[in-house]
Amino acid sequence: MIPKSFTAATSEAGVAEIRRMIARHKTWDWLFGLLGTLALLFATLVFAALFGQMLINGVPHLSWEFFTSFPSRRAASAGILSAWVGTVLVMLVTAIVAVPLGIGAGIYLEEYARKNLLTDIIEINVTNLAGVPSIIYGLLALGLFVYQFGLGQSIAAAGLTLALLILPVVIVATREAIRAIPQNVREGAYACGASKWQVVSHHIIPYSLPGIMTGVIIGLARAIGETAPIITIGALTFIAFLPPSPFSSPDHLLSFEWLLAPFTVMPIQMFNWLSRPEEAFQANAAAAGLVLVVMTLSMNAIAIWIRYHFRKKIKW
Amino acid sequence: MNQPARKSTAVAIAVLSGLVLSPSAFAAPPVVKVDGSSTVFPITEAVAEEFQKARKGAINVTVGISGTGGGFKKFCRGETDIANASRPILKKEMDDCAKTGIRYYELPVAYDALTVMVNPQNTFVKSMTVAELKKIWEPGAQGRINNWKDVNPAWPDQKLKLYGAGADSGTFDYFTEAIVGKAKSSRGDYTASEDDNVLVQGIAGDKGALGYFGFAYYIENQKKLKAVAIDGGKGPVAPTPENVDNGSYQPLSRPIFIYVSEKSLDKPEIRDFVDFYMKNARPLVKEVKYIPLPAKAYSGNLDHIARKKLGTVFAGQNETGLTIEELMKREAQL
Repeated sequence: MIPKSFTAATSEAGVAEIRRMIARHKTWDWLFGLLGTLALLFATLVFAALFGQMLINGVPHLSWEFFTSFPSRRAASAGILSAWVGTVLVMLVTAIVAVPLGIGAGIYLEEYARKNLLTDIIEINVTNLAGVPSIIYGLLALGLFVYQFGLGQSIAAAGLTLALLILPVVIVATREAIRAIPQNVREGAYACGASKWQVVSHHIIPYSLPGIMTGVIIGLARAIGETAPIITIGALTFIAFLPPSPFSSPDHLLSFEWLLAPFTVMPIQMFNWLSRPEEAFQANAAAAGLVLVVMTLSMNAIAIWIRYHFRKKIKW
Repeated sequence: MNQPARKSTAVAIAVLSGLVLSPSAFAAPPVVKVDGSSTVFPITEAVAEEFQKARKGAINVTVGISGTGGGFKKFCRGETDIANASRPILKKEMDDCAKTGIRYYELPVAYDALTVMVNPQNTFVKSMTVAELKKIWEPGAQGRINNWKDVNPAWPDQKLKLYGAGADSGTFDYFTEAIVGKAKSSRGDYTASEDDNVLVQGIAGDKGALGYFGFAYYIENQKKLKAVAIDGGKGPVAPTPENVDNGSYQPLSRPIFIYVSEKSLDKPEIRDFVDFYMKNARPLVKEVKYIPLPAKAYSGNLDHIARKKLGTVFAGQNETGLTIEELMKREAQL
């Protein structure tokens, strides 16, 4: 094909032929660009419309009282106190469990694991786990954490469930971040006589931290909106008290009783309000949705900031 | 850079050991655990809200929604103190409770009126007989009764669009039992949803629509919907609190219940809560748009507890068209 048109290009007709071909290809370029823009516009407009509607319905309801009131049968005095406290505590447990486990597993798979069949199987499974529907994690957690471990319908059980859910995300993010480190950094360190642990702790972890943190936060941003697994393990719908404070222990030690406290989370509170007969609750749901979206967006913003801020410092 | 990583590992270990060692000695406020039907939820929620206010945080109450069936499962495993139920306990659930030795009191707390609704633009239907409703909803009607004139020749040629409760709800069980004559026996080609607001929207936007759901959703959406009077053999009766109260709105008014575990009642906080429930139910039930029972039914409930009248009066069957007086007089069994 190509040599033929090249020889043809010597003649006048050949030049015209090539011009036509270029013009045709340019049309395709232009068409595809248009299609892409339309797709993008469609997605953003749908989001903008949904978000706009939520703003219109929800903003008038946002007030200090909305954040400091418990749920109520009266729409006007109902608030999200137990829901946002529950969400924050569950996320805390999730992060504390998923971050060290995920980073550890990622580092092991990249730096320590021998390349053999077992490692391959583990790798395939980690990737597959990322695609398992969240309700499956809920069912697993119901059997394992709630009944087997006797944690009951508690913050700890929910936190552990969501930690399992985001573990594959953290592992994959860790591995991607580690792989992005040039091989000569490792070789240079080994050449200077560093041990494996020194290479990992002085170089691999610090350099990959921005990527890892981004993965962790994106994982948490996914977990914060999860409803199915939390409902499966039995989060409550009406709860008008807070878990015991960690500082309430009389012997001045940190108390961990809150871990076993019953709880509710933001998406469940929203869902409950949406299914109420009174129309006034729809505005509450919109306001709660707004708070949840702002929580998620700010987590993503933090992820972007971390990536930008720490990448600047790394020079190789 | 590795310092923070080490620190978070230390925290994780501390938390995990905290998990293991957690049953600590000092006293948090006792918790009353309620779970079950979404139909009963608004009532128990209202009582719980007022109860916590009255006890100033000395006793906490949690209320979950896992459906009547789901609520009984947890109740019979001993995980909850009280089960919210929009229908009586069934034979299988009685057996489950018997296996774990959970004995219980069955306390009716309110009436719900299943309301049959049409679009407000529907001018030709004011009332329907149970036979007409059966003609529409029985399994044999599937694919056959699709027009209003198929149901009653006096009605115009207008496409019939149906909306109803999802098959997992107690509402579905009761409606099919009362109208078709057999629980869970219904045609399948209708818009089914567990979320009643979906049904409200559907009926409000469709001229030929007919649907059914709980009374509270009708009351909150009266402008968008038109309720149909039901003729159970004694002439058409509209779904109003008065007609439910005097027992004439039949067969679609039903009592809804809470089941209280006998063992839990030994705890002072549970007894306190149930006491409070029965003493304050009437105004609260009305406020959340259900129909309160006569005052003597609530005092009767407390009386049953005092006289240890354990068990259910339904013998594991879902019965329709019972009045509260008949119900209170019956012998209970476990």
